[in-house]
Amino acid sequence: MHVIASPMAGTVSRLLVQTGDVVTSGQDVVILESMKMEIAVQADVDARVKAVKVSEGVFVDEGSILLELE
Amino acid sequence: MNADEEILAKIEQIKQGGPERYRERVTAEGRLMVRERLARLLDPGFGVEDGIFADATDEGNAADAVITGIGKIHGRTICYMANDATVKAGSWGPKTVEKILRIQETAANLRVPMLYLVDSAGARITHQVDMFPGRRHAGRIFYNEVMLSGLVPQICLLFGPSAAGGAYIPAFCDIVVMVEGHASMYLGSPRMAEMVIGEKSTLEEMGGARMHCEVSGCGDLLVQRDEEAIDAARRYLQYFPDHCDNHPEIMPATDPAKNPQELAQIIPSNQNVPFDMLDLIERIVDAHSFLEIKALFAKELITGLARIGGRTVGIVASQPKVKGGVLFVDSADKATRFIALCDAFNIPLLFLADVPGFMIGSKVERQGIIRHGAKMIYAVSEATVPKISVIVRKVYGAGLYAMCGPAFNADATLALPTAYIAVMGPEAAVNAVYYNKIIELQGEERERFVRERREEYRRDIDLYKLASHLIVDAIVPPSRLREELMSRFAAYASKQVTSPRKRHGVMPV
Repeated sequence: MHVIASPMAGTVSRLLVQTGDVVTSGQDVVILESMKMEIAVQADVDARVKAVKVSEGVFVDEGSILLELE
Repeated sequence: MNADEEILAKIEQIKQGGPERYRERVTAEGRLMVRERLARLLDPGFGVEDGIFADATDEGNAADAVITGIGKIHGRTICYMANDATVKAGSWGPKTVEKILRIQETAANLRVPMLYLVDSAGARITHQVDMFPGRRHAGRIFYNEVMLSGLVPQICLLFGPSAAGGAYIPAFCDIVVMVEGHASMYLGSPRMAEMVIGEKSTLEEMGGARMHCEVSGCGDLLVQRDEEAIDAARRYLQYFPDHCDNHPEIMPATDPAKNPQELAQIIPSNQNVPFDMLDLIERIVDAHSFLEIKALFAKELITGLARIGGRTVGIVASQPKVKGGVLFVDSADKATRFIALCDAFNIPLLFLADVPGFMIGSKVERQGIIRHGAKMIYAVSEATVPKISVIVRKVYGAGLYAMCGPAFNADATLALPTAYIAVMGPEAAVNAVYYNKIIELQGEERERFVRERREEYRRDIDLYKLASHLIVDAIVPPSRLREELMSRFAAYASKQVTSPRKRHGVMPV
């Protein structure tokens, strides 16, 4: 199983995908807000979203798992 | 065979390197033999080599596994050492060490760049008393590297392993080029780690080229083949003078690869929206002149060498596309080293700032973000080469200081129209100053109050106001940025600053 982790501490601002979506490498999947900036998190592989592990508005630490891919 | 022919035949024999089965393996793996590497690295038609008969009485121990000599690159004299992995796996014996020491001393005497072509299994433990602990033993190689550091450029091309003590050869060089899949650096091998601490790991995870270029920061350039590593070294050297008292060569100017007139369109006016700073760099530097250093490490900050109007500059740029361009411990580390490198060799510095500040939060505080940030600001302060800081968009808090703000002896602070200089952004600032008042208010009244205070805040840091207070030295239309930089770097070329006499500062690390 492949996971997408948060690159830095911040708040989940927008989830751009949901369970079952097919994503391609380089595609923006989550937008975080941190240090007043929009931080786009990208998929690093072509895959299907197996599970979304966070919801909008929650705090995530660096390394927290955002999505599980398969 | 006459006497001359006899000598030449012996030399030819030694130049073959180690046993045939090892030579065949190198070729089978798609790698180059050590003399093929040197042939590609050095200009043809010139070259001297010392100690080729080292350990010549020991059969199969050609040149004691290292080639040392003087050659030319782009017509400039350089010294080099190159391990021969076909001879005892490139390991170090007593003569290997002595040869390396001598060529380092030659580089110091001639004041020319020193190149290390590393591919070595490490020390021969069986010979340790003759090559490990003493005055002219292995430790002296590293001592010499430190003495050479900042005097002449030192470049490491890592083609294979550099294990245990040997790993310090790359560690003390200005730049390390690593060939993926072959280069590795580690203090203890996976086998040793399993034996001593019980950890199971692979060579690639623990000391592979990609790991070092992405995670540890021990590697600067990741390449796929030996040839690419050699070409990178030749290219890199063109940005540098032979030694610290010379200046980089001025090359013919070329237009940027992309149109500088497009700059205004690629910089978003909404401060919170990211963009790719490389798109800006491509529009101000001479076409194909940008050599990014540590491109895979701490990507929220870009460091690289380039030419603007033919003149070499070192670029330190925020990368808003990655982690918002926020500074972290690794990015501060990356910047510090790059600034020190440029300052050592008279390479002017260009800062391109779009930075929300240093990262906050308990994680980075525990990593020592304050001392890492202090280290970067220390390097910025100490650099006496020409320094220009371009405020591209927002620069908040200590981000202004780290990106060579006005207080850090920048020769000029230039602002693009999108520049925004403040202790913090309007949202955070209004919240900090009026927190009690804001929670007292309700609904529409609260919204209006916050909106008005933010507007007031924005007016206070208006760019023309900052220019009228001489905070910034000029406001530059984006389409004119390249010309402005060309004029200024040309004007500042004669800059000479003497620091107060002392032994040395106490740098935060």
